Amino acid sequence: MCVRQCAFKGHSYDPETDEVISKEELCVGCHRCVTLCPTNALTVRQNPLDFRPNGNWTPWAIRNIFKQAETGGVLLTGMGNDRPYPVYWDHLLLNASQVTNPSIDPLREPMELRTYLGRKPKKLELDYTQETLKLKTPLPPQLKLETPILFSAMSYGAISYNACESLARAAEKLGTYYNTGEGGLHPNLYKYGKNTIVQVASGRFGVHKEYLDTAAAIEIKIGQGAKPGIGGHLPGEKVVEDISKTRMIPKGTDALSPAPQHDIYSIEDLRMLIFALKEATRYTKPISVKIAAVHNSPAIASGMVRAGADIIALDGFRGGTGASPMVIRDNVGIPIEFALASVDQRLREEGIRHQASIIVAGGFRNSADVSKAIALGADAVYIGTASLIAMGCHVCQKCYTGKCNWGIATQDPYLEKRLNPDIATERLVNLINAWSHEIKEMLGGMGINAIESLRGNRLALRGIGLTDTELEILGVLPAGR
Amino acid sequence: MRRPIKPWFEKEISGCSLTGFINEDGRRVNGEAIIQSIGLMNERSNGLGGGFAGYGIYPEMKDFYAFHIMYEDAQAKEEAEKVLNEFLLIEIQEKIPTRKTKGIPHPPLLMRYFLKVDENRLYDLEISEDDYIVHIVMKINSQIKGAYIFSSGKNMGAFKAVGFPDEVGRFYRLEEYQGYTWIAHGRFPTNTPGWWGGAHPFTLLDFAVVHNGEISSYGINKRYLEMFGYQCTLKTDTEVMAYLFDLLLRRHQLPIEVACKALAPPTWEEIEHKGEEMEWVKALRIIYGSVLVNGPFAILLSHKNGLIGLNDRIKLRPLVAARKGNTLYIASEEAGIREICSSPDKVWAPKAGEPTIGWLKEDRQNEFESPRTRISDREKPQSVYSVPGVC
Repeated sequence: MCVRQCAFKGHSYDPETDEVISKEELCVGCHRCVTLCPTNALTVRQNPLDFRPNGNWTPWAIRNIFKQAETGGVLLTGMGNDRPYPVYWDHLLLNASQVTNPSIDPLREPMELRTYLGRKPKKLELDYTQETLKLKTPLPPQLKLETPILFSAMSYGAISYNACESLARAAEKLGTYYNTGEGGLHPNLYKYGKNTIVQVASGRFGVHKEYLDTAAAIEIKIGQGAKPGIGGHLPGEKVVEDISKTRMIPKGTDALSPAPQHDIYSIEDLRMLIFALKEATRYTKPISVKIAAVHNSPAIASGMVRAGADIIALDGFRGGTGASPMVIRDNVGIPIEFALASVDQRLREEGIRHQASIIVAGGFRNSADVSKAIALGADAVYIGTASLIAMGCHVCQKCYTGKCNWGIATQDPYLEKRLNPDIATERLVNLINAWSHEIKEMLGGMGINAIESLRGNRLALRGIGLTDTELEILGVLPAGR
Repeated sequence: MRRPIKPWFEKEISGCSLTGFINEDGRRVNGEAIIQSIGLMNERSNGLGGGFAGYGIYPEMKDFYAFHIMYEDAQAKEEAEKVLNEFLLIEIQEKIPTRKTKGIPHPPLLMRYFLKVDENRLYDLEISEDDYIVHIVMKINSQIKGAYIFSSGKNMGAFKAVGFPDEVGRFYRLEEYQGYTWIAHGRFPTNTPGWWGGAHPFTLLDFAVVHNGEISSYGINKRYLEMFGYQCTLKTDTEVMAYLFDLLLRRHQLPIEVACKALAPPTWEEIEHKGEEMEWVKALRIIYGSVLVNGPFAILLSHKNGLIGLNDRIKLRPLVAARKGNTLYIASEEAGIREICSSPDKVWAPKAGEPTIGWLKEDRQNEFESPRTRISDREKPQSVYSVPGVC
């Protein structure tokens, strides 16, 4: 069993001695063999053999040098930043009502999480001449979410077909959206179009009229939190028949996404692309622009809104990836908490916050993180890694190898079929339903019964263990005040 | 000890009593009735704030903005008057008549001014008279230490103090004023020793709000208002209410029913159930999500043409209404109404989120105000300001 389960060949069977031999140096810690072992014979522990303790030359630093000395290459990794930077969500606390305002029981009273994403007019204009009130001008296109959580961009290529299908089906069941990433859209998934956000990224893979028409919204990908300023690379081995068709590239060739979009070298170029897409879809779909959270995100976001973006997707430095140079993933970008707080504040100061919705992404782990993000000013949250974990991922960070033992980040037909889309869909639906219930409980505790009253309501938050400057950037008071 | 007039804390919490009535035929009555009605509900307040607003009380000066200002000291007065002199034409300035009252020791300096705006200035600035006044009110309230404008409308006035509301009414000699609409409030602050500015009503131009409740969505309502240039200097829920109404009614030109729906919208389920006729309500919720006032509240909003009572979307605070002839009464408790109207034609509990509205009869409207506003069709939703203004 374990021999067959491990795509990294950590276990092998020796028929001569009738023994299973395990090579611990090949173990990635995905727990596949442990989980499936019928006799509970396996356990995975960190190997106690280590280098002499050294504060600077940690085993991690030494091994990386060994690897690079051997190969002369860039170190690759998968998933989000795993370095021990502060997680600011863990330094924010939520409020609850006592006496002066009653808390509300979500099991007895309506508790509303519905969220609309897209450009909103500054004010409502009504026509009073008729019997019933009518809108003077129809609203710009909006995405309707039953809960403020979406599945983040993960391309067919980076993840398996079954994983894509599970996300699409879960999004449909939940009344939310999933995002194709820049992998194009497999023809079988067109039926989930009304729950699909399609990406137009620098490689332009799989972008054609039907692709745009099928989607509920279009996202222009400028950057990604795990690798700001870096393009993408899907190795030729992963470009199998189906992927080659979906991406519209020859089979077996490397799919290279350039670092910039080569028709966007400035904000005015972005405006042209936004309006090209709006024209192409006759202004029926909101256009999102996704950027990595970097130092001057507020100014960039303001420019994006003025360039016509209806949704801004901000991806923090803990955002995941199928493959990224480790040095970039671990050292470039800023925490999503700060990017969100400063972008929301800047857009308000400029009086243009209503012109675009903000979706944030980058390492959201639970419903508390989501609630805190909404209180800081987000309209909704993208989850990527959390949704993979719901499907079975154990965060071994080997997505870039294509050997995912859980059948998620792989195109190997043998591994891929390990992911049952029926079960994965159900698990995704369960996860989001569970989080939604928890968000409702937290809202009720605060004495509010609609998510819009939490959105941007920073008085619902207090900081703990933060410096004055951090509190100022986040726009929250310290706990106790 | 003299009570402060401005806040020194981040946000305050309070419970309350409120009452009000409108004579839709424009008949003016003195302040005695409203004092009795609010006085009966003293149990709902704790002596740390009471206040009133009356409409039609300055008929001789109805074309002038009546500013009521409280000052902590002479220096604040000097500074504020410098601003008034610079930007406005002062017709009359005088002390607000008061009488010594046991429950109200050490009042601040209370002045009233009847003011006009120099039209040349408006022409230069290209803004409306009302916007100009709002700017000056915001300027003095946020920038001058120890000065606070608590009333700024025409032919109306707010009166408030730290004390039980009936004492406050006697203190301001309200029985000497005649008005067609009166509202009153008794306060029960839970975390502050009481401060003059924090008493209700809160006013801006001729809008006055009295409020019982705590707004749990305060944080976002405030940030939303800041986007439109409002500065919430008093850090109370009620101030936010007053500014939200000002934004929706005056600047966004929405009819009062529509504005109330923005503050206390129906649930999505309800909107969907009613389908197309609610299309505009759906749009309203989408656009004005940050206006939704979440948490328990009952409010009375009065303006020169009407009186509106409104509850939060799930009615977490009491509000009762009654009608007798041409008079609409709205109060926290039925007893407060029966105290001044023993046999009303009809008494009812307004539904959650649905406004109870009393309108001044059309033919009486001109009498009390300048001709800026006309309301033509009583059946359709009505705009308080039907003439488009400059935002």
